[in-house]
Amino acid sequence: MSIKVIKPGMLTTVQDLGRHGHQQEGVIVGGAMDTLALRIANLLVGNPENMASLEITLQGPTLYFEQDQLVALTGANIAASINNQSVRMWRPLLVRAGSTLVMRNVKEGCRAYLAVSGGIAVPAVLGSTSTYLRAGFGGFKGRAVEAEDVLPVSNASIKGAKLADYLAAAAIGAWFSQPNWTLEPQSYMVYEESPLIRAMPGPEHGLFSESSREIFWQSNYQVTSQSDRMGYRLAGQVLQLETPKELLSSAVTFGTVQVPPQGLPIILMADCQTTGGYPRIAQVIAADLPKLAQVQPGKSIRFKEVSLPEAHALYLKQEADLEQLKSAISLKLNTP
Amino acid sequence: MNYKQLLPIQFLPLGDKAVVLQFEEEVSETTHAKIQAVVQYLDKHPSPGIVAYVPAYNTLTVYYEPWLLSNKGKVDPYDETVALLQKALKKAKEYKGGSSRLVEIPVCYGGTFGPDLEEVALHNKLTPDKVIALHSQKIYLVHIMGFAPGFPYLGGLDIRLATPRKAEPRALIPKGSVGIAGKQTGIYPIETPGGWQLIGRTPLVLFDPEREQASMLKAGDKVKFNAITEAEFKTLAAQHEH
Repeated sequence: MSIKVIKPGMLTTVQDLGRHGHQQEGVIVGGAMDTLALRIANLLVGNPENMASLEITLQGPTLYFEQDQLVALTGANIAASINNQSVRMWRPLLVRAGSTLVMRNVKEGCRAYLAVSGGIAVPAVLGSTSTYLRAGFGGFKGRAVEAEDVLPVSNASIKGAKLADYLAAAAIGAWFSQPNWTLEPQSYMVYEESPLIRAMPGPEHGLFSESSREIFWQSNYQVTSQSDRMGYRLAGQVLQLETPKELLSSAVTFGTVQVPPQGLPIILMADCQTTGGYPRIAQVIAADLPKLAQVQPGKSIRFKEVSLPEAHALYLKQEADLEQLKSAISLKLNTP
Repeated sequence: MNYKQLLPIQFLPLGDKAVVLQFEEEVSETTHAKIQAVVQYLDKHPSPGIVAYVPAYNTLTVYYEPWLLSNKGKVDPYDETVALLQKALKKAKEYKGGSSRLVEIPVCYGGTFGPDLEEVALHNKLTPDKVIALHSQKIYLVHIMGFAPGFPYLGGLDIRLATPRKAEPRALIPKGSVGIAGKQTGIYPIETPGGWQLIGRTPLVLFDPEREQASMLKAGDKVKFNAITEAEFKTLAAQHEH
């Protein structure tokens, strides 16, 4: 089984939930920016939630399917069609052999995810299939996908195969087929104009001047065009330490907000380095990282301070909801 | 001071998925030994909710998965992690840094391989040969791995070689380049932008994701550089290419 890339889109990479436990060797974690969307896409096609999928950035790819293939599209709201007929996101999609799935520009959000039943068959490197662009390994040949690439696909799980058979039987002669049930995407894709990103004070929060701390929690920051999978550079009011200080490098992670001497914060994202030496004013809470991953360059965000217990409660709630969703999807897949 | 007595200044959260164990703000072999002792303990006692730990000069950051560690919200995952670290601090066996391995790294200094050798010499009022001699006679300690895969931050640079970073970082540094930044020296394992002063290059492959031990070096290793000629570099480079 394989999928042929006709047009690659702006930046389409193979991602999973990241390469954990190798930071001690300087190897970044990487993986999907919006892990929630990737996990749900996988669940919708009967995969374990960590399978290799495509992360699509702002402009979607065009993909040709030689064989019947069950897929699911989640994340940023993106226009997708087969033979000029729109397909729905957030539900399984059986693409019939010989069809071309065309994805256009995202309308809301920034990154969409396409999971394929069985997962994209690329070898795991250091325990993960995610693409590490800078080091040139992982994913599909260590790079973003390009036109003419043929992406191999593994065999579907029993659940995935069963759903694919059902959808195929229900759509003789059609270009594609989708079940009539859907998730309620509005609970996963709320794209506010100026989203509130909840964060906790970072280890060096106290080193910033009182006025800088106030500004940080109260003003708007714009995500500039110099933003990518490694980090979002923000534009807005400048922040300063009470007294200048050179720090020893220490660990940084997805969601760490660091402030270089020029005073404009950078939010480190999925492909961030393992250690850094700039003062860390805040850490975005885990529950809000998917929301942050969907902020387009040019949009503004605001930070809101939350406590550690609040952050944990929000994250645990998100995981509990996902567990429920998992059972619900599993039930649907077993009795389509 | 015996590192066994060295106590962390504090535990603090780095967001809702990590605990930072923080020691005094300084680069010291005592702190390094203490952190490595805790790392050894954690290596030997894997815990399901602990995802990764990242040692640095004076911190050890432990990443945890709140859902797993809290048993779906039944216990506090931060407190669990702190308790684990307190246990590790108490029970960690002495870290025998002195018996750790010494990795010898051949380096061809100067020329196209070390375009900043002259600048480093000039800055420190030394001859290029003296820079090479001072750089290749010391034994360095790998304090931490970071920045890029397989990149070692080495401590122990002869103070006479300390040179500030380039005012403007290079867009691309060839892999294997040996550099100096302030009082640190290190090796770039992959092609990457960077601002360190480049004094030489090694033909060794410091990072290969296909190898069982992807990174040639790890924190706690000792490193010695050996000066080689360009001809030797080429021979060794050919051996390491496959």
